[in-house]
Amino acid sequence: MAIWVFAEEIDGAPTPGSLELVSKANSMGDTAVFYVGAGSPEAFAVLGAHGAGTVYHLDTGDVLPAAPAARALGELLEGSDTKLVLFGMGNTDRDVAGRLSARLGAPVVANGLDVSLQDTVTVTSEILGGSLSVTTQVVLDGPALVITRPKVFVSEDTGGGSPEVHTVALPDTGRSGGATITERHVEASEGPDLEAAQIVVSGGRGLGAPDKFAMLDELAGLLGGAVGGTRAVVDAGWVPYSYQIGQTGKTVKPSVYIAAGISGAMQHIVGMKGSSTIIAINKDPDAPIFALADLGVVGDLHKVVPQLIEALKSRS
Amino acid sequence: MNIAVCVKQIPDPATPYELDGENHWVVRPNDQVLDDTDRVGVEVGLQLAEATEGTVTLFSMSPSGSLQGIRQALAMGADKAVLVDDEDLKGSDALTTARILSAAVQREGFDLVITGTESTDGYSGVVPQMMSELLDVPCLSFARGFSVADDTVTIERQTASGYETVTSPLPAVVAVTAGAVEPRYPTFKGIMQAKSKPVDTATAADLGVEPVVTQAVIAVEPVASRAAGELVEDDGEAYLKIVELLEEVKVI
Repeated sequence: MAIWVFAEEIDGAPTPGSLELVSKANSMGDTAVFYVGAGSPEAFAVLGAHGAGTVYHLDTGDVLPAAPAARALGELLEGSDTKLVLFGMGNTDRDVAGRLSARLGAPVVANGLDVSLQDTVTVTSEILGGSLSVTTQVVLDGPALVITRPKVFVSEDTGGGSPEVHTVALPDTGRSGGATITERHVEASEGPDLEAAQIVVSGGRGLGAPDKFAMLDELAGLLGGAVGGTRAVVDAGWVPYSYQIGQTGKTVKPSVYIAAGISGAMQHIVGMKGSSTIIAINKDPDAPIFALADLGVVGDLHKVVPQLIEALKSRS
Repeated sequence: MNIAVCVKQIPDPATPYELDGENHWVVRPNDQVLDDTDRVGVEVGLQLAEATEGTVTLFSMSPSGSLQGIRQALAMGADKAVLVDDEDLKGSDALTTARILSAAVQREGFDLVITGTESTDGYSGVVPQMMSELLDVPCLSFARGFSVADDTVTIERQTASGYETVTSPLPAVVAVTAGAVEPRYPTFKGIMQAKSKPVDTATAADLGVEPVVTQAVIAVEPVASRAAGELVEDDGEAYLKIVELLEEVKVI
């Protein structure tokens, strides 16, 4: 009875989140990976090195992946006694998990922070913005689809050999599969990768205007860090979605997180509360972000941040 | 065009949420508000309806209560609402929610279903995708921009590194992000009209859906919060405190 993992390709390789899931599955039992992307011997080897014994590879080309991926994965699961399928928080992960759940009548447990499999699947997660930890037990037979948050499992190359690779034919999904991707756009951010950066400087609505992000770019540059933002500033179009930290967005766990003009909405906090040291600057003394800040400065970020930049410059 | 917009009434996020002691479900007060992110879906629906001389029907599964949240969406301009209110649906998981909403939408007929990306109180973020499978249509999710022309819907779909342009024939489900459009505020006239707009109610049995219990919460405990740090008022030199802390944790 294998544990299944949904994995997606980005830039020719499995996403980092996919590899975290493969490592977790490998620690629990035999691991089968359903891999969506162009695929390559190198990509399959990386999956194998992390513990995948079998890889089912589907290339959806320009078709929006969810409908054909859910159909093909559903057919594979129907012939198995699998109890657990792991998904990440990626947009396609969530699309496939939702469709697959409806196809199979299988439950979805979302926002998982840990998962275990004995006779049944048990998931721990945090609700209400991370204020309560709940343990959920699946009480239905058949596969449970568990969506877990990024960076809760550690991706580990355990030196596994080449997996057995099966190519899955693109299924005809009729009306459901009618969506196609006509263009792909990259909105690259400069500097280090946000998810890997040891220092993150993040901005919210309190910045007041999109051009104020230049100040955060400069601060991050001086610290060798990356710049992020809240959902509010992404929705306002101030910075691209690739900057977004939170529930729908990236999860970061840097050594230092500097929050400038961020009030601390629940959905933002879940994406950054694992940071080692949190520094917050906000003019509202009641801002929820101060409840988790190691150092909170109640003040005008338009004064404090430039002063900080000058102080750092004078040291170098 | 027949536009279905799925919305949720939730307890006011500005008030602390409570769980009931027995099942650990969120306690839902009589006055629930419209989930703020749903205002975006309603706005998208209204703009499309205005462009196509269509109608906007709201679909929601919730204890009716005072209908405050539904009236908020009707006040923006939606034409009518279908509310599924059934004691047996308390504590429903995402799949039961999707089955209920899909059956209700199917019964009314639709060209386009618009939803948010995830609710503010539960945030599983999979109901739109489940609905699309049940309705056998494409799901254009994480849409930050959209347009409809000649029975085709085109969106900008957020991706980890940017966005994709995705196009699909109608009917379809479109799940929008909060940045898709700027929602309008209800006018006084809209608020008055909302009071007399039709709100149909239905039960799970009316829709032919049998709720299935798939999961149970077996334990709940508070998460240890981070130790409270230092809070300083900026006296013009608070930046020095930041420099000190950065030195202490050895990043400078």
